[in-house]
Amino acid sequence: MLSKREWAWGYLLIAPMALGLAVFYLWPIFQTLYLSFTESGVFGGYTWVGTANYADLLGDEDMAGALGNTLLYAVLVLAGVPLSIVVAALLNVPGLRGLSVYRTLYFLPVVTMPAAVGLTWRYLFNGDFGAINHLLGLVGIDGPYWMGDPDVAIYAIAIVGVWSSIGYNAVLFLAGLQGIPRHYYEAASIDGAGRLRQFFRITLPLLTPTTFFVVVITMINALQVFDLVYLMIDTTSPALRGSRTIVYFFFEKAFVHNQRGLAAAIAVLLLGLILVLTAIQFRLQKKWVHYE
Amino acid sequence: MSRPRTWPAHVVLAGGALVMVAPFAWQLVVSLQTLPESLRVPPKFTPSWQWSNFPEIFQTVPLGRQFLNTVVVTAAVTAGQLLLCSLAAFAFARLRFPGRGAIFMLFLAVLMVPGELFLIPRYEIMVGLGWLNTLQALIAPGVFGAFGTFLLRQFFLTLPRELDEAAQLEGANPLQIYWHIMLPLVRPGLLALGMLTVMWSWSSLLWPLVVNTDPEMMTLSAGLASLRGQFQTNFPMLFAGSVVATLPVIVLFVIMQKQLIAGIAFTGSKG
Repeated sequence: MLSKREWAWGYLLIAPMALGLAVFYLWPIFQTLYLSFTESGVFGGYTWVGTANYADLLGDEDMAGALGNTLLYAVLVLAGVPLSIVVAALLNVPGLRGLSVYRTLYFLPVVTMPAAVGLTWRYLFNGDFGAINHLLGLVGIDGPYWMGDPDVAIYAIAIVGVWSSIGYNAVLFLAGLQGIPRHYYEAASIDGAGRLRQFFRITLPLLTPTTFFVVVITMINALQVFDLVYLMIDTTSPALRGSRTIVYFFFEKAFVHNQRGLAAAIAVLLLGLILVLTAIQFRLQKKWVHYE
Repeated sequence: MSRPRTWPAHVVLAGGALVMVAPFAWQLVVSLQTLPESLRVPPKFTPSWQWSNFPEIFQTVPLGRQFLNTVVVTAAVTAGQLLLCSLAAFAFARLRFPGRGAIFMLFLAVLMVPGELFLIPRYEIMVGLGWLNTLQALIAPGVFGAFGTFLLRQFFLTLPRELDEAAQLEGANPLQIYWHIMLPLVRPGLLALGMLTVMWSWSSLLWPLVVNTDPEMMTLSAGLASLRGQFQTNFPMLFAGSVVATLPVIVLFVIMQKQLIAGIAFTGSKG
């Protein structure tokens, strides 16, 4: 029989990938777990300190702040998800021309590098000469110093976060919409249901599996936000207190302050947070997600 | 039947599209202004065709070198991903071997873990290898990907069983079946993964920021980020650099958007 040879081929073909994942993904997970219970010495090397890092983080003001900022950011970005549904629903209007043009335009922020995007928005949000405060001024609103105010900065970052994810999520929703059988709408039309009623009674319920997927992915990504904070907020800005996220805090500890053990503990806590919140999402899904 | 009215949809979509494009347009305009113009109150919304910003940014920072670094890293990572992911995906989808299910679950588990958990040990691997400030430090971890393996496996699974059976009867070994028969058939999957990988690799920031601190060895993403403090107020130059960094991906996206969109839509429907 061929089967023994098939085994060998199977192992041979997955070997390069399995080896790479083991070295760059699996081993690092366990290593980070281990490091989180150690302290790095001045001259390299690690000493075991038990749960001291975790204890330190529990009382750390910056950690509490980072946790709060990250959760606030995640909530704000999730609040932007309905915008993607609206965009997808409009793109799905029968007979709409220019679909690919719209798709391209909405997708621009997704394909362009966060570095360029972050720096541009930072300029737009400038309190003195930024275009946003200028536009707000035209309608009589006195805009804040977005990037310098610890109470405001995270909102500015979240606006960019929503802006840059609308296109991606809209593509997912559009695919979901196109999977809804036409005859549901035909039946509803015959029953005299208007467009809006159809949207709330047919579209939204049948779109809940996609919505669930998008919400989970968006949440997991939002909990790991780093690029935008790093690019939009100066390391010396007072606004950092109000916008330092968990990954930013991790980055500071690991690669600026060289406190690897503490940083590893932050990463482990982030993993825990993501697992818990994702598990809650999966629990809640029974209450609102309709599978056909 | 009358044609449905689409203009209300157009009004809202066009308004939204304006918000999507405005920052890019504004970036382009400012990249062609002088420094004082870029700081004017109220803002000046027209360019003054200050083309010299572009050669100047190339002289101020090693932008040309960073561009080349980014191209090399992105090309290597994408080629590596396509080859290694498709090999593994083919094996998972079409070959039977003990432990296949368990190993695949392990791959999936890796997908769920946030990237920060890999960062410190990976950095130490690079220190150990003496690879800090080299391009291979950027390439090596990037060529391995659980997501790509998962994505391509779904494509391989859709192909009919008779294909391999027929080829097997002809005496083809699995590697020949993979290369000559299966790979051409999963082209849409390869294109989608290729596009996604180009996008991610081109834009990635955190890892390049950590391993390559020498401006000569930086990618565009990290290079731009490092300008933020240094040239904080010189927005025209900064945006000239941004335009150079973003334009290639935008062009590629416009050409390949169908494949990319298909790949993303796919992750949503089968994820």
